[in-house]
Amino acid sequence: MQNRKHKNKAVILRQLRENIIERFFQVNGLFAVIVLVGIFSLLLIEGLPALQSLGLKEFFLNRIWDPTSFERESYGLLSMIVSTLMVTLGAMVIAVPLGILCAAYIADIAKPRVREIIKPVIEILAGIPSVVIGFMGIIVVGPMLAKIFGTSNGLNAMNGSILLAVMSLPTIISISEDAILAVPQEFKNASLALGATRWQTLVRVTIPAAMSGIIASVMLGMGRAIGETMTVLMATGNAPAMPGGFFDSVRTMTATIAIELGETVQGGIHYKSLFVIGFVLFLMTFVVNLVSDVVLQKYQKVSR
Amino acid sequence: MDELILYTEHFNFYYGNFHALKNISMGMEAHKVTALIGPSGCGKSTFLRSLNRMNDIIPGTRVEGKVIFDGNDIYEKNVDVVDLRRKIGMVFQKSNPFPKSIFDNVAYGLYINGERNKSIIADRVEESLTGAALWDEVKDRLDKSALDLSGGQQQRLCIARALAIKPEIILMDEPASALDPIATQKIEELIFELKNEYTIVIVTHNMQQAARVSDFTAFFYLGELIEFGDTERIFTNPKLKKTEDYVTGRFG
Amino acid sequence: MKRKWRDMEQALGFTVLRLSAVIIIVILAFILYDVFSKGAGVINWEFLSDKPRKGMTEGGIWPAIVGTFWVSLVTVIVSVPIGMFTAIYLNEYAKQGRLIRIIRLAIRNLSGVPSIVYGLFGFALFTLMLNLGLSVISSGLTLGLLTLPWTITASEEALKTVPRSYREGALALGATKWQTIRTNVLPYAVPGMLTGTILGLARAAGETAPILFTGVAFFWPVLPKFPQMLSQQFMALPYHLFIMSTQHHEIVKVRPLAYGTALVLIFLIVLMNSVAVVIRYRFRKKYKRV
Repeated sequence: MQNRKHKNKAVILRQLRENIIERFFQVNGLFAVIVLVGIFSLLLIEGLPALQSLGLKEFFLNRIWDPTSFERESYGLLSMIVSTLMVTLGAMVIAVPLGILCAAYIADIAKPRVREIIKPVIEILAGIPSVVIGFMGIIVVGPMLAKIFGTSNGLNAMNGSILLAVMSLPTIISISEDAILAVPQEFKNASLALGATRWQTLVRVTIPAAMSGIIASVMLGMGRAIGETMTVLMATGNAPAMPGGFFDSVRTMTATIAIELGETVQGGIHYKSLFVIGFVLFLMTFVVNLVSDVVLQKYQKVSR
Repeated sequence: MDELILYTEHFNFYYGNFHALKNISMGMEAHKVTALIGPSGCGKSTFLRSLNRMNDIIPGTRVEGKVIFDGNDIYEKNVDVVDLRRKIGMVFQKSNPFPKSIFDNVAYGLYINGERNKSIIADRVEESLTGAALWDEVKDRLDKSALDLSGGQQQRLCIARALAIKPEIILMDEPASALDPIATQKIEELIFELKNEYTIVIVTHNMQQAARVSDFTAFFYLGELIEFGDTERIFTNPKLKKTEDYVTGRFG
Repeated sequence: MKRKWRDMEQALGFTVLRLSAVIIIVILAFILYDVFSKGAGVINWEFLSDKPRKGMTEGGIWPAIVGTFWVSLVTVIVSVPIGMFTAIYLNEYAKQGRLIRIIRLAIRNLSGVPSIVYGLFGFALFTLMLNLGLSVISSGLTLGLLTLPWTITASEEALKTVPRSYREGALALGATKWQTIRTNVLPYAVPGMLTGTILGLARAAGETAPILFTGVAFFWPVLPKFPQMLSQQFMALPYHLFIMSTQHHEIVKVRPLAYGTALVLIFLIVLMNSVAVVIRYRFRKKYKRV
């Protein structure tokens, strides 16, 4: 023990060193915050001039997006916001039931050996790059849709929805599975002891108990679908107009940025307005993630 | 009581809002074994871990009062925890050898102390393993993984590891609770040997063990120190009814 | 009678569940089969080692493989140290409190930011503001930020697998916090971190949107030597596949080349995943003994 009056030099040095090391790690920890704030600020800084000079009305009430028109340049984001939401909604209609059913299967029924096959399948599916999924959209899903529904080509919102469903399935499945697995065995035993079948227990006890985790998984899957770029860029046809239905060619927010950023004049109003799209996109996914976060935290509390 | 090497004054401990230790004042004599007994959850392990500030690493804890070691309060701001723990070693309930060789486990404390001289390290490793009554069993396989030892050997290895840095006090948190009777007996014999050189504070829930190995016994109940005194007196002639009930096995 | 109905209900329900799992497997099997069956034909030494020729209707994809490699390398160099250090801070040092909640919130939200937004950010910051231009380095930095949340999460998972008793044991012997981490935590967490890194790398290698404006080129057959190439444009496998399947003027003619590119890309990613899984498996086996 060091006497309080003469603390020895080695100890002071050691404590100093430990402090510096801790600070070093702390600064690294702050980096994530800096990046998030940086993305937010940069999008805002780059997009703000466009918002100021054109006004919110132009962006959010105008239905037409045509920044290169000779007559009147239009900067309405509505059509692409609707397109993004539509494609996402379609994806969720497919992926949510399929994902939850599959998660329930893995978590509740599958034998260990089957689980060991299907878990890597989902991991590999999650690892397939979005361009490859988009490629499948062009080559397989598109022609298939054209044949079934008799349209000229299958590059439309429906195609995008199918592909985004495939892309968000791994997220939905793995997080829902965790939520279902986290349901305490006592709940299930109580239900089984009352004479319920395994199926009734699953549907009436286990899944409701895991509901907030499942909702969070859906939100995260949705966030992924909203932000996905390459698949929709390749498979939805990219017509920049308000879609009338799932068989219309649509152009999402992400696709618009991908298509147009390379063709704009840097610093011009068109260029800046693409950052406005990015900003709106950022906010949308931010809110979706935040909601899933809140739901997830609630469920963690409940399960404890 | 003479020569108190370590004592507490009105020591209180809190986990968040839970008042885990209430106003504990007691002392440990040098070169003696002090046993802390009491039913589980009574605070005896918390008290033990307060003596070398191992509770510091648990978030949300708070202390009041003093723990005096070598004339200084170990909870004073300018006390160096690292120095403190080098002088007050600890052996845990569940043996926790590191996934390194037997040799490296014992040498670990020397290594982090900056000792690099190989022959000094080798000597000290042998000395510590001998001190922990393990040398003869492992001297031919010092480079083998410590995880391959039996439970009792692992616990003695952990004791050797603590001995290697020559602490003044060794805190033992139910060191034999996970061991079979023969391994337990070896640990108890070891404790008896060790008190020639070290001061030992041991937490145990095994009454016979406390009676066999300790010179002094402190009985904890619900975070309070109920009774403290010579082991013989505590077990044969306790002053308080509650102590008597506990040591005779009427509750626990 | 009632019982029979309940049994039937259960049998039906379980069948639906099984069917959903089968659908997932079929989707993956179909993708893999389709790409493999149609792409395997074009894979040969020339395809792997040559540059694209005759307006990209012939030749190979070597420059794209090299480009993907270098960009991934920069990505790792950017993302892994910061990610590891952040994980160490979060798991070893940080105490519960507002700062830590903010950091965790930031990490979770970063992982939800769309990749195209990273692309915009990287373009504005690295390419223009920092004047790094369209280059391997700009793209690598952008992908480095994109993969940061994954690296942090994976590293933290790895640190969590190291038993608390290792830390306590070292601290009780008078090790300082950093000594404990360096000698008794990190050595046992590194294989796990490695797994996470490789998985992150595999995902980064397949990303297209973030490199779209930060450096990837339609056609860039020259491959200068190491330091200079960092400041130049590059080809990348995923972007090459995008070009070959949507932008090429003879789209039907180059379809086999597109399939070949997709096959190589999937192969690389599955390979990296497998390596990661093997490391994780060995790591777990080693730890079972503790």
